[in-house]
Amino acid sequence: MEIDFGVPVHIVGIDLGTTNSLVAFMDLTGPRIIPGADGDKLVPSVVSVQRSGDVVVGNPARELLLTQPARTVYSAKRLMGRGLADVQEELKLFPFHIAPGSESVIQLKLGERTFTPPEISAFVLRQLKQNAEGYFGAEVPKAVITVPAYFNDAQRQATKDAGRIAGLEVLRLVNEPTAASLAYGLDKRKNGIVAVYDLGGGTFDISILKLQDGIFEVLATNGDTHLGGDDIDNLLLKIALEDVASEWGADLSRDNEGVQRLRRAVIHAKERLSFVPQTSIELDYRGKTYQRELNRELFDKLITPIVDRTLGPCRDCIKDAGVKIDQIDEVVMVGGSTRIPLVLTAVENLFRVVPHTELNPDEVVALGAAVQAGILSGAVEDKLLLDVTPLSLGIETMGGVVSKLIHRNSTIPASATETFTTGVDGQRNVLIHVVQGERELVKDCRSLARFDLKDIDPLPAGMARIDVRFLIDANGILNVTARDERTGKEHSVDVKPSYGLTDEQVETMIRDSIEKADQDFNERQVREARVEADTILAAVEKARRHDAYFELSDDERAAIDRSMNELLLVYHSDQLGLIRQKIEQLNQATLKLAENMMNTAVRGALKGSKI
Amino acid sequence: MNDYFELFGLPRKLNLSVDDLQQRYYRLSRELHPDRFMNKPQAEQQRALEMSSALNDARRALQEPIKRAQYLLELEGFDMGEQRSKDVPPELLEEVFELNMALEEMRSGDDSARPQLEQAEKNFAGMMNDIDGQLQTLFAQYDAAPGQEVLGKIRGVLNRRKYIQNLLGEVHAELAPAN
Repeated sequence: MEIDFGVPVHIVGIDLGTTNSLVAFMDLTGPRIIPGADGDKLVPSVVSVQRSGDVVVGNPARELLLTQPARTVYSAKRLMGRGLADVQEELKLFPFHIAPGSESVIQLKLGERTFTPPEISAFVLRQLKQNAEGYFGAEVPKAVITVPAYFNDAQRQATKDAGRIAGLEVLRLVNEPTAASLAYGLDKRKNGIVAVYDLGGGTFDISILKLQDGIFEVLATNGDTHLGGDDIDNLLLKIALEDVASEWGADLSRDNEGVQRLRRAVIHAKERLSFVPQTSIELDYRGKTYQRELNRELFDKLITPIVDRTLGPCRDCIKDAGVKIDQIDEVVMVGGSTRIPLVLTAVENLFRVVPHTELNPDEVVALGAAVQAGILSGAVEDKLLLDVTPLSLGIETMGGVVSKLIHRNSTIPASATETFTTGVDGQRNVLIHVVQGERELVKDCRSLARFDLKDIDPLPAGMARIDVRFLIDANGILNVTARDERTGKEHSVDVKPSYGLTDEQVETMIRDSIEKADQDFNERQVREARVEADTILAAVEKARRHDAYFELSDDERAAIDRSMNELLLVYHSDQLGLIRQKIEQLNQATLKLAENMMNTAVRGALKGSKI
Repeated sequence: MNDYFELFGLPRKLNLSVDDLQQRYYRLSRELHPDRFMNKPQAEQQRALEMSSALNDARRALQEPIKRAQYLLELEGFDMGEQRSKDVPPELLEEVFELNMALEEMRSGDDSARPQLEQAEKNFAGMMNDIDGQLQTLFAQYDAAPGQEVLGKIRGVLNRRKYIQNLLGEVHAELAPAN
């Protein structure tokens, strides 16, 4: 592959959302969203796998949700880094088709094939990558990807895996609310305390930051990774399904297409109610119609419990940040669901300030991710983000009790070292169980992984001393290293993630997809080169009938003929370099011709002006 | 870097300005954070990760006076690991005995022990205040003339503090649900 040292590698910022995803980059004036080929900035996080094996992503896939629901999936972010037992509630509310063999990693069935949630997300990421590559006309190998601040280790790891499968080097995972605060550029205005309230399609985050001279220091974060606009949609959908059942005397809930059409109708009504006081849910389906008036008063009453669920985490976060409510200078609203007037009012009442809504709440996270990409590339020098880990990290000790090593809201990177020893003579292995969560007992926390310290020298019980270092990196992901205190030897640590893909599985998926992605990229480049060849061939063909062509020497005319033939010879090959080379050769051969034509045209024009 | 004080360029003192610590922390973060090393070779990136995690760990250890004292004791060779609060300080024996009785009664549903618990809560809160006052004095003593003897005293007071804090926690937990 050729490397052009003159052009800096573009690092994009990606908001991989539950409902929509976006890609942005930093240009000289600031962060900008890159639209897709259809001109739309939002790429719906919907993936459909066709019988042919083709994968459809975004707006077209959203349409297929209606006609091919069994091949199409949405809101897959809800399944990232989770086990089957965690998502039972999800399965009642979302039409996920779980394939057998989903015990350790969920497998989703789409038509004839199965995919893990990171693979589904990888399809969305690949689409965004392609959009960016189309925009720049160059490969985009690196990205910053955002995650909900309250994502645990497994969910972060799954997101990183998705990036790798999509052929992206994930330089950094950034928390969504923190990214949003970067996009708002509040540091330009003053130093102070800022709260970011982020209610998206499927997740809720609240973060409180301290801003000082370009440093964005997160003081505390809290949230709920299963709370968002989806919950409002499901609530309205349930009511509408009951209505339909009683009005039509038919249970629509088993009809996938009907459910999806009705779901779209309630979403439409929900969105309209942010701007008008009264609307209706309307469905025309198979010759029957359903209509239900919905005003904002009733809507507010229905969604109050959902909005209230965001307030507890807000209060806890304020307490953890060690600030008083009246010390919070600004509140920033992020996520599509913050367009809902009741949400705005609730936030204003709690924080007693008018929240910022100047930036589009759908775009602000992607814009912030682009700013962070700028920080990493060195283009943005004055800003620095100091984020925290949302959940405490601990290990299992005697009696199933958790011993906390790194507390929640610790600034990352953060580390802790714990010394382990053996319990019986000659013991060769020590198994360490790492969990995440705030509760005292292992069974109430989230199992992250089991680490097996192997090949310990056989010694009497209690004599071995192995220092294990737990390090949470700037992505919020745990790294474990072990060292024998006696010998100083690094110890091998065998990681068994409790939920999620092993490194080998990810490697396989990357191999499968990189070949495909490279092939895709190459194919696209070749197609573009052929279009260019068509243009120049047509132009030369036309010029050969021009007077200027006959003013050329025989040699010059021969060179043009030869170049045209050579270009035609390589035209149908897949050799991008060769096609480009021959295009260039033809360009060179026709320079004189172009000049002559120019002169003729000028002469003609001069003549013309005299008449 | 040998210790967290050195990392911040600070002397080993128990009283320090939190504002100054914060400013030093921000300055060092700008220098050491992994974000600044993305275009550098892998080894430098790894070092940035190590250094910035050490910096964050250091700030956590030094930010609050109690944690700072614990860290310094450890640094000076005191074993803080098994500083559990099992042994009742002798001067508290009687009070703790009565408190445990009252806690038992409350737990068995006898609310008549409530006034006694509330009184105990006040007493212990008062003791915490005294202890924090003592620590202030001892910290100043150490900063003026560092030595093992004063550190030994600090350790004793910290143990007592931990013990009382745990008791207060239990009393709170018993009283809180009714509030």
